[in-house]
Amino acid sequence: MEAFLQQLINGLSLGSIYALIALGYTMVYGIIKLINFAHGDIYMVGAFVGYTAINTLHLSFFPALILSMVFCAILGVAIERIAYKPLRNATRVAALITAIGMSYLLQNGMIYLVGSETRAFPQVIKNKVYEFAGLQVSQTQIMIFATTIILMLALQLIVQKTKMGKAMRAVSTDADAARLMGINVDNVISFTFALGSSLAGAAGVLVGLYYNSIEPMMGYAPGLKAFIAAVLGGIGIIPGAMFGGFAIGIIETLVSGYGGSLIKDAVVYLILIIILIFKPSGLLGKNVKEKV
Amino acid sequence: MKKRLVMGVAALSLLATACGAGSGSNADEIKIGSMFEKTGEVSAYGTAEANAVKLAVKEINDNGGILDKKIDLVEYDTKSDNTEAASIATKLATQDEVSIIVGPATTGAVKASTPAVTRAGVSLVTPSGTDDSLTIDENGKVQPNIFRTSFQDSFQGIALAEFATNELGAKKALVIGDSSSDYALGLTKAFEGKFDGEIVAEENFTADDTDFSAILTRIKDLDFDFIFLPGYYNQAGLIIKQAREMGITQPILGADGFGNEALLELAGVDNVDDVYYSAHYSPNSEDAQVKEFIAAYKAEYDVDPDMFAALAYDTVYLVAQAIEAADDTTPKALTKALEDITEFDGVTGTFSFDENHNPVKSTLVIELQDGVEVGNTEVTP
Repeated sequence: MEAFLQQLINGLSLGSIYALIALGYTMVYGIIKLINFAHGDIYMVGAFVGYTAINTLHLSFFPALILSMVFCAILGVAIERIAYKPLRNATRVAALITAIGMSYLLQNGMIYLVGSETRAFPQVIKNKVYEFAGLQVSQTQIMIFATTIILMLALQLIVQKTKMGKAMRAVSTDADAARLMGINVDNVISFTFALGSSLAGAAGVLVGLYYNSIEPMMGYAPGLKAFIAAVLGGIGIIPGAMFGGFAIGIIETLVSGYGGSLIKDAVVYLILIIILIFKPSGLLGKNVKEKV
Repeated sequence: MKKRLVMGVAALSLLATACGAGSGSNADEIKIGSMFEKTGEVSAYGTAEANAVKLAVKEINDNGGILDKKIDLVEYDTKSDNTEAASIATKLATQDEVSIIVGPATTGAVKASTPAVTRAGVSLVTPSGTDDSLTIDENGKVQPNIFRTSFQDSFQGIALAEFATNELGAKKALVIGDSSSDYALGLTKAFEGKFDGEIVAEENFTADDTDFSAILTRIKDLDFDFIFLPGYYNQAGLIIKQAREMGITQPILGADGFGNEALLELAGVDNVDDVYYSAHYSPNSEDAQVKEFIAAYKAEYDVDPDMFAALAYDTVYLVAQAIEAADDTTPKALTKALEDITEFDGVTGTFSFDENHNPVKSTLVIELQDGVEVGNTEVTP
């Protein structure tokens, strides 16, 4: 039982990261029906911005986190304006391929800039381990979890309570109708990218701190897992992404904690397949009949 | 008219091929191919080796070359991609027509390059490919064109098993291996074959994992004397960090894959306690040749050479010695000369090749406490 609870704690930390990335996927999908495959790489860029902020600019952790979020928000908007906006009325496959291209551009651009070797993330926070009732929780784990929860609450607040959030929901429901109501759809979409990308940036810095290792290809696998998390919860639904992220993190940890470390990825992808077959709208999704 | 043109082009291209074949033994240059993992996941090894190769070639050329010829180094980057390595090996052996190839650094890349170089009959000397099967084919026959400067995995695995029993007095081992690399699998096999004590459990991870908390939580309460961790520095560093933070204090034993400064950065210096690994050379050696090499490398690249650099440096001098002995630069003559090398004296020790193209040498097991090398033990299994 103790081991199970310990694995659950490990899973929650990993799940927080997936959830933060999954939110960006889901928000972008919700608003323009695009799976932004470059999202995992924005998370990678976030980790490198955090690395630079701490190593070169000598900032402490929270300023570095905020700087990274701001940088990623700007990067996200730039990508949307340059690469996706011209394709908004093109086929969805064209936009999807552009997203994949963007992902490779970011990965290889980063390799060009900083080299591809794995580097250690500066340990700005002394990692203390707290023990109670035989369970170990490290300070970074608590911080990751807390930061994730705070960011998610902030996001919910923005989406549900602000005017911009209302506009986002409106555009997500029907972009044309929203435009007729005087909503600037372009700005709303950019704002969504900014929000999602800043969360990915935060996840990047947190991962750097937690695992102490960053490299230009680090966004690929978590990006895919977060995408699965978003699909599991129901793509386009914000609480679904949070739920999916935590679920995938915990499942992965439990599978590898009970002897299946070699099949943990297989299990995660299997879940994706099962969800797509039996409940394509996701666990929290509603089945919406398409009008013919 | 058209027909004649075609004929002309055909004749020209024939001529070009003929010339191409001749250029391998260019009068005043010896072409040596260099292929390393300069970018990609194991770039830390590849870059160090490529740099050391360049340094050694520069030294040789500055001293007048070999057989009064300068070395022309033809360099490629395999990007840590085995498919890329295979095509580069083909290119070096057939298009560039080098006399001999140095590199690549890792087992997988050497394996991928083997068919191409064997077909072309050009020998390849890997500084650090340590898998046993590199120099031996599946029928147990020696690969005619593959040589290495480093000792092989089974040798390391056996040496580490002996070290654990004799020096650490350990009886119960726990294995955490990288199931996605030939390197780790080979090491594990040799270690388990030799180790007399009990193997309490065997855990596996794959190359792109960063979260080992699940595995470590599971093994934390098992009863074992040490962890055998055959893997490369990028995962080993993270495992050491996560294990020590979790309160797992048993000694951790690894192989030459630990031999990179990045291990300390990734693990955090405070966590690198009771860590042992087998190494090809120690930078703290008092040997004059080693000191000279370290000074020259540092002057050129502003960092201390690691053991991969040392091996690559030796590889170039080994090849130079072979060329001199052969008094010829054809690939065939060089292969023969390499086989016959005796008493090569380099910075990673003195050795000759055995019948399987493996150097006969001893290994050092280096002990790290608080991230600092505090001692080394020579093991000759």
